[in-house]
Parts: sequence; C-alpha cells; structure tokens
Amino acid sequence: MSEMADPQALVELRGISKHFGKGPTRVDALIDITMTALAGEVVGLVGPSGSGKSTLLNVVGCVTEPSLGWMRFNGDTVYDGRWVRRDLRRLRLEKIGFIFQTHNLLPFLTAVENVMEVMELAGARQAEARVRAVQMLEYLEVGQRRNALPAQLSGGEAQRVAIARALANRPKIILADEPTAPLDSVRAGIVMDLLRRIATDQAATILVVSHDEKIFDRFDRILYLRDGRLVRDGYQPQLSKSPPAGSG
Amino acid sequence: MNLAIRDIRHNILRFVLTGVGLGGLLGIVITMAGIYEGALTDALRLPRASNPDLWVVQPKTKGPFAEPSRIPRDTRNLVRRLPGVAASGAVTFQTVQATTEGRHLRLFVVGYEPGRLGGPADLVAGHSITESHYQMVADASSGLRLGEEVPLGPYGDRYTVVGLTRGMVTSAGDPVAWITLLDAQTLQFSVPPPLQRREKALGRSPPATADVNAVLVRLDPGVSKTAVAREIDRWKHLSAVTEAQEEGYLTVFVIEKMQRQLGMFMGILIVVSAVIVALIVYTLTMDKLRSIATLKLVGAPDRTIVGLIVQQALILGVAGFALGVGLVWAFKDYFPRRVQMEPRDIAILFAITVMVCLVASALSVRTAVRIDPAKALTG
Repeated sequence: MSEMADPQALVELRGISKHFGKGPTRVDALIDITMTALAGEVVGLVGPSGSGKSTLLNVVGCVTEPSLGWMRFNGDTVYDGRWVRRDLRRLRLEKIGFIFQTHNLLPFLTAVENVMEVMELAGARQAEARVRAVQMLEYLEVGQRRNALPAQLSGGEAQRVAIARALANRPKIILADEPTAPLDSVRAGIVMDLLRRIATDQAATILVVSHDEKIFDRFDRILYLRDGRLVRDGYQPQLSKSPPAGSG
Repeated sequence: MNLAIRDIRHNILRFVLTGVGLGGLLGIVITMAGIYEGALTDALRLPRASNPDLWVVQPKTKGPFAEPSRIPRDTRNLVRRLPGVAASGAVTFQTVQATTEGRHLRLFVVGYEPGRLGGPADLVAGHSITESHYQMVADASSGLRLGEEVPLGPYGDRYTVVGLTRGMVTSAGDPVAWITLLDAQTLQFSVPPPLQRREKALGRSPPATADVNAVLVRLDPGVSKTAVAREIDRWKHLSAVTEAQEEGYLTVFVIEKMQRQLGMFMGILIVVSAVIVALIVYTLTMDKLRSIATLKLVGAPDRTIVGLIVQQALILGVAGFALGVGLVWAFKDYFPRRVQMEPRDIAILFAITVMVCLVASALSVRTAVRIDPAKALTG
C-alpha cells in the first residue's frame, strides 16, 4: 500500500477494480474506484443500471472481493490485494449495517426479535439485547409494533425495523440498497430524514444506492458511476448546478 | 434466541402435519420391533413355563417346537430311571381349530400328564386338570371363560374349561390350552373308524396312539445337563437337547425369519421417514434462502445457519418419535399380537431416528452453507 491514508475518512477506497470472468467473457464491473466517505456523511451512489453501484456496495460490504486496490475502514486496512481479515462475517457484524430494498426481515421473528438477533450474534445477552432493541425501535418510532411479525407491518414500518436492525450493533458504516424504492415520496422522505439523523447522531457514514431522484437532494454527496467508473464525486450544491452528462 | 423454534412456530401447521405423519411411520417401526419382541417372548414362554433342564425328542430333530418329533410314551419312565433325573413328563403339542358359541378359535393344545412336568403354571382363575378326560386349562387370550365347553377333534368331544392362565401364547400368537395327555393323544393320533377299517382290510396295523412329542426332564441340583444329555443320546432312538439349545432353535428357526421380515419392513419405513424429514427440511430451507442469505450478510456464522436446519430436523424427528412411542403405548393392547416395548429397542430406534434426522438434514445444510450472502442484496 503506497498511497497515504486519509485520517478523517471512515471509508476509504483506492484504485478498487472488480472484474468477472476471463478473456473475451471478462466484464469490468468496477474500474479504478477511488473514494472516501467521512463520518456523518450520507453519500448517494447513483448511476444507470449496470454502472456498478451494487457491485461497489457489495465490495464495501465485504461481500464481493475486489480484484485490485485497497480499502480501509476507520483507518484499518480491510483489503490490500486480499482480505486482511479472514472472518469477514464478523467484520460485517461489527462494522457494517445493511439496509435492503425489500426489508429482508426474517419472517418468523417479530420486529424486536429481528433487531435482537443481530445483537445476540455479536455476543449480547438476550435480556440486554431486548432492552436495546426496544430502545432502537422507539428511536425509530416503531416501538409500539415491536411484537408484530414482518407480514403484519406496513412497508414503512418494516423498513424502519430493518433500519433498527442495521443499527443494532452501532456500526460506523451503513450500506443501504434502494431503501426507499418500495415507499411513497412522503415515507421515502421520512426514511431519508432518519438516515440523516442516524449519520449525525452516531457519526456514521451512510452509503445509499438509489435510482430515486426525489431523494437526491437528501445526500451530502453523490457519487456518479457509469460503466464501472466513478465519473463524478461532488457535494450537493455543485451537483445541483451541473449534473454530469449521461448520468441516469 | 432459538431460530429453529421460532421458524417452527411460524410454520406450525406444516410441522404438526409432518410430525403426525412421521409419528405414525415411526409408530409402525416401534410396533414392528414390539411385535418381534412379543413373538420372541411368546415363543419362549411355553418352554420357559415348563422349565425343564432337558428336552428328550426324536433323534436328528430340533425339538418339538422347531420341527415335528415323535417318540414312544414309555420314554418318560426310561429317562426317569437315569441317575440325576429328578422328574420327567411326557407332552404332545398340536394346533387345533375349534368353533364355540359362533367364535372360531385356534388353540395350541398341550397334552400333559397331570402331576408331572409340562402342565400349566401360574393359573389366574380356576384350577388345574383334576380328571382324566375332557377338562381343559386355557389361556385367557383365547376369550374362553371358566365353565365354557369347547368341542375338539373329529367327534367334537366337549372339553370344559376349568382353569385360566394369562399371557401364554405361541410365537404365532395362538393361545395355549392344556388337556390330559390321553385326550391329546387321541386328538392327535386316533383315526376315524372308516380309516381304521380300511387299514385293517389292507393288513396294516392301526397307527399307534401312545406316542408323545417330547419328554421334559428336570435334573437334581448340581447334575450336569450335558452329561445326562450325552447319556440319553447314547440310545439311538432318542436325542436330548438342553433348555438353552431348545431356546436357541426357537430363536433361530422359528423367529429368525420373522425378524428378517420385520427388519426389512422397519428398514424400508426408516428410509421413508428419512425421505420425509429430508423433504420437509429441504422445503423449509428453500423457503428460507433469502432469510439465510440475510443472516449470512449481517454476519451470522455458519454454525447458526447449520444449527437452524439441524435443530429443525431433530425437533421434527424427536417429536415424531415421541408421538410414535405414545401412539404405540396407547394402542398396544388393542393389537391382536403381543407388542412388547423394550427400553433397549426404544433407545436404539431413538438413536436411529436422530441419525436419520442428521443425515436427512445434510442436503439442506449443504445448500444453506453454499448460499451467497450477496443474494440478500438482489431485489
């Protein structure tokens, strides 16, 4: 690792590339991505379909191994030509929270149990996990629905429970994949406000993949991806003045 | 938090229905094991009740239960005079069919000499045979009552039930009945008058009716069974087998085929049970692929995933097994054959059930462990 690390960055990627296949079937999903995300920032990952947004989210989520480059979380090297830690699930459990397009709550657990489960996986005792899970649900204003199964929750409620689960172990990095896709604009706005509050309250970095232009103005920064390349990394005021050509 | 129990609660109807089906199948397996044990007990009950040290039978036969044996009646006196012999008794065995009060009865009739070895033991009602003819002690499983008359033989001679035993049946499940040796010999060896006349016209002597099937021998304390048996074997027209040998013949020749047959059925049913457990656990796993991918993505270790699947298979198997045991326990007395539940058999079947569940969950575990956590992120 020759490059200097940014001491303020919570997520730092340098020269990250990812390709699938070999020879004529090779697909370059990510090409030389260099980016940073700071604590308290809500960063949007946008771009047309096939631009590499989901692949980038998977790489940052330590689900997909990059082909090249290096990656740091909060100053700790995570990837440097190979995964530095073998136990990536533990890494995800401790450092990363995931919010999905469809809430992906476990259908056989109640709202509070869904949140508790992640805490218990990290080693929390059941009683302690229950107290913290209830607090988390109340913070997200779905405490009264704690004993409901996911099938009994509305889309907005389920998404809040999913956010509570993502926050369960107080991760510093939260990755959200189209979190507002199934919601109307009002509820989408509420969810984005929540994410903003979480980023501020917990000094966390939130990376949000989205196609939903209605929420673009809620991002601190937007990273535009096209054909696997990062074509624009800019703060909201700059972007609103000059959207990049060809961005979707 | 136990994810397996939570998921079972969520799919309770599917689990209950599968558990009931599995319980029924395992109940049949347990019943078969019980029928085998019952047959073994029944087969050994009669020889053990007589409690002889030796069985004297026709040479080169395996005793009166495994194959036919016919020896002269005076064998009893002959053997009694041997040194070391404390008591002896001649017996005959035959299966008869009778109809009484509109009921069809199949009885295993033992002919014995009252006051000698071979008679009924442990009467639960009435008394032993006190007269030379036409009295009977029968097992209560025949349905006969004290004082009831049973017509037997070609002339329908009526035998009065004077005593009852309990639990004395053969390996085939036929109730045992005792009559005097004289009556039994008549029943077994006498031929009707027309046949007697024909035999006489042909210059042949009528069949002997004084033969017996075996002689039971009890020895004085401390006398070697093998030594006396060897002594009897020296007479070329007789052979002696010890009680242990007789039980061995019964087990090997009479029960073994049943054991193999029941064993085959049990094997097939256990395989069917395994397929059911495998199918239901696999279906439940396939239904949960997204949940499993999510669990992996958020950081659940493989042991959590494996635990979820294996525990479900085990809970299903154990619940089905418990139900099976309960069903057999509740209904075993209604079976026409003795169903004997031995703790050893239950323990072995339980261990087999656990193994079957573990094996049946293997495919599901393999599928679950291979799921890419990234699947949770795809829409």
